[in-house]
Amino acid sequence: MKSKAEVVVIGGGSTGTSIAYHLAKLGADVVLVEKGYLGNGSTFRCATGIRQQFTDEANIKLQKYNVERWKKLSEELEYDVNFKQTGYLFLATTEEEVEAFKQNIKLHNKFGVPTRLITPEEAKEIVPLLNADEFLAGQWNPTDGKANPFKTVFAFARKAKELGAEIYEYTEVTDIIVENNEVKGVKTNRGTINADVVVNAANAWAPIINEMAGLDKEFIPIKPYKHQLVKTEPLKEGQIEPLVCPPAWNDSYVIQDGEDGGVLCGTGLEHGPTYDVTPTYDFLREVLKWATRIIPALKYVHILRQWAGFYAKTPDSNPAIGKINYIDGFYIAAGFSGHGFMMAPGVGEAMAELIVKGKTHVPLDWEWYDPHRFERGELRSTAFQIG
Amino acid sequence: MSEKGERIICRCNEVTLEEIEALIEQGVTDIEMIKRLLRIGMGPCQGRTCLPMVISIIARKTGKSPDEIKLPATRIPIRPVPAGVLVGDMNEE
Repeated sequence: MKSKAEVVVIGGGSTGTSIAYHLAKLGADVVLVEKGYLGNGSTFRCATGIRQQFTDEANIKLQKYNVERWKKLSEELEYDVNFKQTGYLFLATTEEEVEAFKQNIKLHNKFGVPTRLITPEEAKEIVPLLNADEFLAGQWNPTDGKANPFKTVFAFARKAKELGAEIYEYTEVTDIIVENNEVKGVKTNRGTINADVVVNAANAWAPIINEMAGLDKEFIPIKPYKHQLVKTEPLKEGQIEPLVCPPAWNDSYVIQDGEDGGVLCGTGLEHGPTYDVTPTYDFLREVLKWATRIIPALKYVHILRQWAGFYAKTPDSNPAIGKINYIDGFYIAAGFSGHGFMMAPGVGEAMAELIVKGKTHVPLDWEWYDPHRFERGELRSTAFQIG
Repeated sequence: MSEKGERIICRCNEVTLEEIEALIEQGVTDIEMIKRLLRIGMGPCQGRTCLPMVISIIARKTGKSPDEIKLPATRIPIRPVPAGVLVGDMNEE
C-alpha cells in the first residue's frame, strides 16, 4: 500500500469513485480507500434512477448537467454503464397535485428540462400496463433515465486506476491525521497514508469520519435511514420503462431494470436512523400493496429478491458538498439522501476541479450545498426524494 | 454444454464459464463484483446452482482456498413468490 498521496478519498461508492476518477483525470496522485467492496454501502442498493425533476433551482441545474454527463459516460469511461433515457412519470391523484405539477413543470422548463403535463391516456401509452383510471394527470419528462449502478462504479474505478489512481478495498479508515488545523493524512487498518487533501465521501458513515478529524459528529448531521426494494422476475422490455410514481401513494414507485427487465418496487416506508440492513416483512406487504395498484398485472409476477440500503439523510435532504473551513485540505461530498448515484458524475467532476483548480465549471451551487449550513441552522428547501 | 459449446454456469442468467474466467483474468477476483457485473446468483434460483461453482472457479484461478471466499448475501424470498400472494389478493379473479 502507498504511504503517500496528494489526495485520499474515503468511500468507494458512486461519489467516491467518481471523485477519484476525475482527480486522476486532472493529473492528481489519488488513493481511494473503501472499508468493504466498492459500492457496498448505498450505490449497489439503489433503484438505478436518474432524474432532473426536482423542485428547486440548484438540484434541477445540477441534474440537467448530470444527464448530459450520463449520456456520454459509457463512451468516456470506455465501459457500457447502461444509461437509458426512459423518463420519469409522476402521477397525480388530486386537483391540488395537478396544480403542484404545473408549478414544477414551469420551473423545470425555465431551466431547459422538457417536463410536460400529460393525460392519463398518454401515460398509458408510455406505460401500457398502468392502472391509468386512478390518476388525473402525469408529470412526464422523457429525458430522465436510469443506469446500472454496478457497472458505473466499476467503470469509474477501472478508469481511475488506468489513469494512475490506487484503490484499496477492504481498507478501513481508523483515524484522520490533523495537525494545526491542517489535514496530514489518514490511518487505516492496513497502514498510514500521508496526504495534504482528504475527501470524505463516506455518505452514511461520513459523520464517523468527521469525528475522526476532530469535528463534532452533529456538525453535518447525516443519519442513515433504511430504505428497501423488491425486484421481480424479468418482464418483456418496454412494459414499465420509466420510473412511475404517484407521490400520494406513500411515495411508491416502480421501474423496470434497464438491463434484465425485472421490476424494482419501492415505497416511502423507512426505518431508522439505523445501520441495520435486514429486510423486513412490513416493507414487503406495503410496497406490493402500492405496486400492484399502480400496475395490477404485477400480481401475477414473481418476486425474486428483497434487500435494504440507506438514504443517508441530512435535515433538508440536500447533500453536503464542499470544503470544510475548520480544517485545511478537508473536503466532503456526503449525505446524498437517496440522490448520490444520479448526481455522481457531475459531483465528482466539481469536487475534483475544486480541489485541483480551486473552482469548477460544473453548474453546482456551492452555497446551496454548503456543509456549514447546518451549524448555522440555515436549511435549504427540502429536496424532493424518490427513486 | 450449450449448442455453441459454451459451458453455462448460471442457468438463470445464462452466464458461461468463459465469461467468468475472462473477468477474473482482467483482475476482477472479488465474488461480490463478479456477481454484479455478470448477474450470477441474481436469478430465480438465488445462486443455488451457480454460486458454489463460481467459488470453485475463483479458487482455481486465483489460488485462494474455497473457504476464504465468502458467499454473497442470500436474499429473501428463498423461492420466487407471486406478488399477489404476498398482498393476499390472488382469489379475486
